[in-house]
Amino acid sequence: MNYKNLLGLRDLSAEEIQEILTTAHLMRPVMESPNKKITYLMGKNILTLFYESSTRTRVSFELAAKYLGATTTNVSVATSSVNKGESLIDTVRTLQSMGVDIVIMRHPMTGAPKLLADHIEAKVINAGDGINEHPTQALLDLYTIERHKGRIKDLKVVIAGDILHSRVARSNIWGLTKMGARVVVAGPSTLIPKKIEKMGVEVFQDIKKAVVDADVVMALRMQKERQESGLFPSLREYQHYFGIDEGVLSYAKPEVLLMHPGPVNRGIEITSDIMEGPHSTIEEQVTNGVAIRMALLYLMTRGGDKQ
Amino acid sequence: MKKLLITGGRVLDPKSNRDGIFDILVEEGKIKAIEENIALEDVPRIEAQALWVMPGLIDMHVHLREPGFEHKETIKSGTKSAAAGGFTTIACMPNTQPVVDQASLVEYIQIKAQREGFVKVRPIGAISKGLQGEELAPMGEMMDAGAVAFSDDGNPVVSSSLMKKALEYASMWKAVIISHCEEPSLSKGGLMNEGEMSTILGMQGIPSAAEEIMVARDIALARYTGCRVHIAHVSTAAGVELIRRAKRQGVAITAEATPHHFSLTDRAVEGYDADTKVNPPLRTQEDVEAVLKGLQDGTIDVIATDHAPHHRDEKKQEYKLAPFGIVGLETALPLAITHLIRKNILSPLQLVEKMSLHPARILNLSAGTLQVGQEADITIIDPQAEKKIDKNQLYSQGRNTPFHGQSLYGQVLYTIVDGIVVKNLEWIEKGE
Repeated sequence: MNYKNLLGLRDLSAEEIQEILTTAHLMRPVMESPNKKITYLMGKNILTLFYESSTRTRVSFELAAKYLGATTTNVSVATSSVNKGESLIDTVRTLQSMGVDIVIMRHPMTGAPKLLADHIEAKVINAGDGINEHPTQALLDLYTIERHKGRIKDLKVVIAGDILHSRVARSNIWGLTKMGARVVVAGPSTLIPKKIEKMGVEVFQDIKKAVVDADVVMALRMQKERQESGLFPSLREYQHYFGIDEGVLSYAKPEVLLMHPGPVNRGIEITSDIMEGPHSTIEEQVTNGVAIRMALLYLMTRGGDKQ
Repeated sequence: MKKLLITGGRVLDPKSNRDGIFDILVEEGKIKAIEENIALEDVPRIEAQALWVMPGLIDMHVHLREPGFEHKETIKSGTKSAAAGGFTTIACMPNTQPVVDQASLVEYIQIKAQREGFVKVRPIGAISKGLQGEELAPMGEMMDAGAVAFSDDGNPVVSSSLMKKALEYASMWKAVIISHCEEPSLSKGGLMNEGEMSTILGMQGIPSAAEEIMVARDIALARYTGCRVHIAHVSTAAGVELIRRAKRQGVAITAEATPHHFSLTDRAVEGYDADTKVNPPLRTQEDVEAVLKGLQDGTIDVIATDHAPHHRDEKKQEYKLAPFGIVGLETALPLAITHLIRKNILSPLQLVEKMSLHPARILNLSAGTLQVGQEADITIIDPQAEKKIDKNQLYSQGRNTPFHGQSLYGQVLYTIVDGIVVKNLEWIEKGE
């Protein structure tokens, strides 16, 4: 298989997702070895183009590329210059002229990676676009689940919090449902997108009911600006109804995994106790993120030129 | 004496309920005779066998962009596009720069149109000064200068109090207020219809209630004041139903729908092509069916394009950054033939009503009919001809159409304004 671009998990089949997860498994020994450098991507130029700041995702991609022997360049573009300066297409064409093979882009607007992919020769990886998708985060979540549970099919996965604005949630919903998981979303009704049931998920407004017999509970980051725009009254009230603590987690299966894409608002989405407790995979998710990104970069360059 | 003879066409005139094969003689810019057989030698003639001969189409909702945004469209290019689409009269919205909120600008547009235009242009004046929604613009002076209606289109009139005053004030001149129905606190930040597709595509939505609330408000104000309101580009099932009920109750309300709202759903947004970004947004199949029903049962009086040209570079951006709007003058008739006539939603006479007679009536224009003595504004089309829409072949400066590549029926062959053929297949251009 040869990936032209990775714009979202909506575009991938279950088989393609599985291939990425399996490849990630082969990549882990590389990052765990003392000499973290192989030459799969020798001679490739990889550009991380971030229109939105993100230390975690950007560094993860950069390390993944470097472990595989590629050259990486980081361009951070202040969001404000989008409106007053060069257009996205012109910016990337300029950068492409310098010989870039893969552009990894984060952008605050939905669809921007698609626009980019439609206009340049280089391959494009979506590192998060607007409220649409964050496919590599979801892939690393799937990988983490698979490592612990041995499978994804028929697991009950609860995603809790701001589903409406979460590209992580959306990519996870696409990925998990394709892989055969039962997905439940829970959050304030103002933060649940219209007709989300059509994406194959169940909706709960009571976190405890949602979590009953869950194999995985995934909390999302809650942003204060959502409160300020009137989508929920206060973080305190959010925490009261949707915060995940030991009590909530007790409704899930005993061996439940607790996940969070980070960074965590401690005490809001989840308590510090359980964040550092035995169910938490939060730190491991970060490690798995590098393996997933290595797998992707390998698979996307393996077949040669863009199809 | 300038003459033109149109022979053997199917003449469609809803005002006189005429639908049959006739010859039409045009003399000195007016219709001289409509008879079964007009025998005249040595007169320029158009053989119209198998063609439809209709009163010139009238589009009461066009953005010409001049003055101020000539990089998007000019009066010259916009009227050429109108002629290519079979329109002989267009009414242009005032959201230019400067805003058409005073008589001198109404005059400027008409002078420019007379000098450079291919079809008749009737300016629509602003309801409020600068489209700010705060103070009434001088409607009387603008009417005297030639304005045919008032609208803040592009912006809703948020203040119900100002809207009430506008209705009452405009009624002194029997002018209609054209309302852009959008509750802005609900639509703010939205890019497409809120629903299943916005959730799937990960885009912020505009709820259909944003339209419904303002339609309901304007119906309430029309009922209360007894003044005329025309609802622009109705796009929702609930909006259509409110208008239907209001009409039954005798409220002085009329409404229009655009070709894109009766022929596309929000599924077209898949792919994030900004040429599908329009306000009000493309809605669901249920809404499209309600608009079709509204057209069929007379709830919706008019088909108007909301022709909104933008520069290529403005649309070739992230969906969120691209402006709302698509071009419509050259695709309106083919879309109507394909989706309304061929699917038996409307009869040919009803189509002419909605694209010519009704807009003329709403704007108080002496047009929209084929009768002896009337100005010879005539459109001749081949309803059977099939053609692929090519955005690179449009006469409009705007290339922003979601219909690129679609094969549609119905081709405009001749557009005749005051007896002069401004468009035919070889583009015999006025004065050129």
